[in-house]
Amino acid sequence: MPRTMTMMRWTAGVSALLVAVALAPAAAHAKTEIQWWHAMQGVLGERVNEIAAKFNASQNDYEVKAVFKGAYPDTLTAAIAAYRAKQPPHVVQVFEVGTQTMLSSGAVYPVYQLMKDNGIAIDWSDILGPVRSYYSSGGNLYSMAFNSSVPILYYNKDLFKKAGLADKPPASWDEVEAMAKKLVASGAKCGYSSAWPSWVLMENMHALHDQPFADHDNGYDGLATTLKINGAFGVKMMDLLARGAREGWFTYNGRLSKAEANMGGGECGIFTTSSAFIAGLTRAADGKFTWGTGPLPKMSGYPQGNAIIGGASLWVLKGAKPEEYKGVAQFFKYLASTENQVWWAGVTGYLPISNTAVKAMEASGHFQKNPQQRTAITQLNSGKTTPNSQGIRLGNFVSIRDSSEEQMENIFSGKKTSKQGLDDAVTKSNEILKDFAALYK
Amino acid sequence: MKRTVFRNRWLPYLLVAPQVAITLVFFFWPAFDSLRLSLYRSSPFGDKLIWVGLANFQRLFGDRAYLRSAVTTFIFSFLVTFAGMGVALLLAALANAKIRGLGVYRTLLLWPYGIAPAIAGIIWLFIFHPSYGILPYVLSFVTAYQFNWFLKGWVALLLITVAAIWKQFGYNLAFYLAGLQAIPDSVLEAASVDGAGPVRRFFSMTFPLLSPVTFFLFTLNMTFAFFETFGLVHSVTQGGPGDATTILVYKAWKDGFEGLQIGISAAQSVVLMVIVILLTAFQFRYAEKKVVY
Repeated sequence: MPRTMTMMRWTAGVSALLVAVALAPAAAHAKTEIQWWHAMQGVLGERVNEIAAKFNASQNDYEVKAVFKGAYPDTLTAAIAAYRAKQPPHVVQVFEVGTQTMLSSGAVYPVYQLMKDNGIAIDWSDILGPVRSYYSSGGNLYSMAFNSSVPILYYNKDLFKKAGLADKPPASWDEVEAMAKKLVASGAKCGYSSAWPSWVLMENMHALHDQPFADHDNGYDGLATTLKINGAFGVKMMDLLARGAREGWFTYNGRLSKAEANMGGGECGIFTTSSAFIAGLTRAADGKFTWGTGPLPKMSGYPQGNAIIGGASLWVLKGAKPEEYKGVAQFFKYLASTENQVWWAGVTGYLPISNTAVKAMEASGHFQKNPQQRTAITQLNSGKTTPNSQGIRLGNFVSIRDSSEEQMENIFSGKKTSKQGLDDAVTKSNEILKDFAALYK
Repeated sequence: MKRTVFRNRWLPYLLVAPQVAITLVFFFWPAFDSLRLSLYRSSPFGDKLIWVGLANFQRLFGDRAYLRSAVTTFIFSFLVTFAGMGVALLLAALANAKIRGLGVYRTLLLWPYGIAPAIAGIIWLFIFHPSYGILPYVLSFVTAYQFNWFLKGWVALLLITVAAIWKQFGYNLAFYLAGLQAIPDSVLEAASVDGAGPVRRFFSMTFPLLSPVTFFLFTLNMTFAFFETFGLVHSVTQGGPGDATTILVYKAWKDGFEGLQIGISAAQSVVLMVIVILLTAFQFRYAEKKVVY
């Protein structure tokens, strides 16, 4: 039977591991080990290992072990399982949608407290506003901002040229529509597409136009209980995209970052996704086509909000020894250092988290050489942080995002009207929120 | 049946002990834990555990999405089982003929079974992906129809159905081949002499004689389609578009591991457990009695 075989292989693997652990020699001189579980794969995973190596080389007392635990949900699940088994890692990387889950968990050692307890002074006000607000509660930073990005717009210059369009990104949705139609007419396989459907087209579009996503200031002022995405704005946004899908100038290419393959393959004229895609697109487009970036497109007639960040932050879990926490605090101090921030932002396309780091990058001419990396920062600085655009904090946001993406697919395929789909997403999400609230009342 | 006699009374127990231990640790323990957790509403980190009785089950059966998932699963499983076995039987009958290079054919036909479901999924992704897949590219020369299964639910469901059939094909074929070879030539020759043509011979002789194999394969394929296609769904469609390919086992995983709704997810695994127990009981009750291997 296949299942038994898998199991036997599994057991064999486990026993081999146990033997290996038992035989491992004790470290020559005991460095305090800090477990850092993360979800960064590919190039980003290499960068994470570099951070750990650099920190380890910078001092003699602590050894940070960066351990890849799979995609974001897998990493969180693994950390939860470890915590429940009373073997938690010291530091775990959790994606932005897991923020409320972590805050409510009672399993977290808040970062501001950790730093205070270990006598390390960090100027928190230096952290970029939207990043700080996303991970703060009651004005205090709860998790260490690590990889933050905002969605921006990308365009394929070669396809623009072929369609007879000027070398300028569209600034409004009207322009996106007009340009995407021309792109398709000139033979482009995909006029406009987007990755991270819920994050870019729902969450960010609401925030950018200063529209509420959920009640209680998107969950920042008490636990949210009701989603507000089925209002006039949400319906208008979905109507536009559903029409685009019908008319052929908007192509839906899947959830998560899947659609990035289409932009990287040179199929799409206009595209929206995380600013962290800069690194990937640079590699994918190299020698094949040229591209540019711009801020997210807007709809006229709505007030100015701001883009909201995505990505992940580092959470410290309870249950370790004080000297280990001392090491974690030292490690975070290193992470927050301008030197590390400048390097990290430069090699990944994520945002540098402090204003000082942004200035250092300006001063060194980094943005002159890499103008695309400035787009995200310009966009954030030109926006207005309001209760609707400071972030979105929902209990079990993972499932809520999932249910909106499910309904977006139903809307784009014409199976449901925008209003019907969004109503269904709201009903389902409110149920999820109610469950979450029932746990923590 | 041959009976082995052990001198030492304890030796047999010692020999089966590892298997019993594995079953206890990897089956009974998690199964009972699921059973227990299905009666609670639990916070992700386990700090809150609220007794809710059968409320999780009540919610599950009142949830349209869950019922939709159940319907999808049954359609999927029956398609995989019947179409898969049909194709396997047909090709087994052909591969059973006395032709040159038979060994090569058989090996090639058995091959897909050696591939892990997740890998099979990735292979299919490379063939069928709407933008970088080979098949849509080729099809785009013949038809303007967009086979974008990112948006078309039925295409996505069909895709994983065919992939699952392909994946399980080698297994079905192996059993049918063995079954066919076990049928004595004399029986078929006798039928020939009585004037039965090849079609008649197949339906009146071969197929009934194969019924134990068919029955065995039926339960096995159902179990496969129900439980072991997770990797395929996860790597190809992630349950989408909408929830068109969210089969029960995928939903249980998604609600538990992505949604962190442990109670609801545990209730779903209890339902799945009941289904697999019923399937197995059905198998033992009706099949084992009549089967002569």
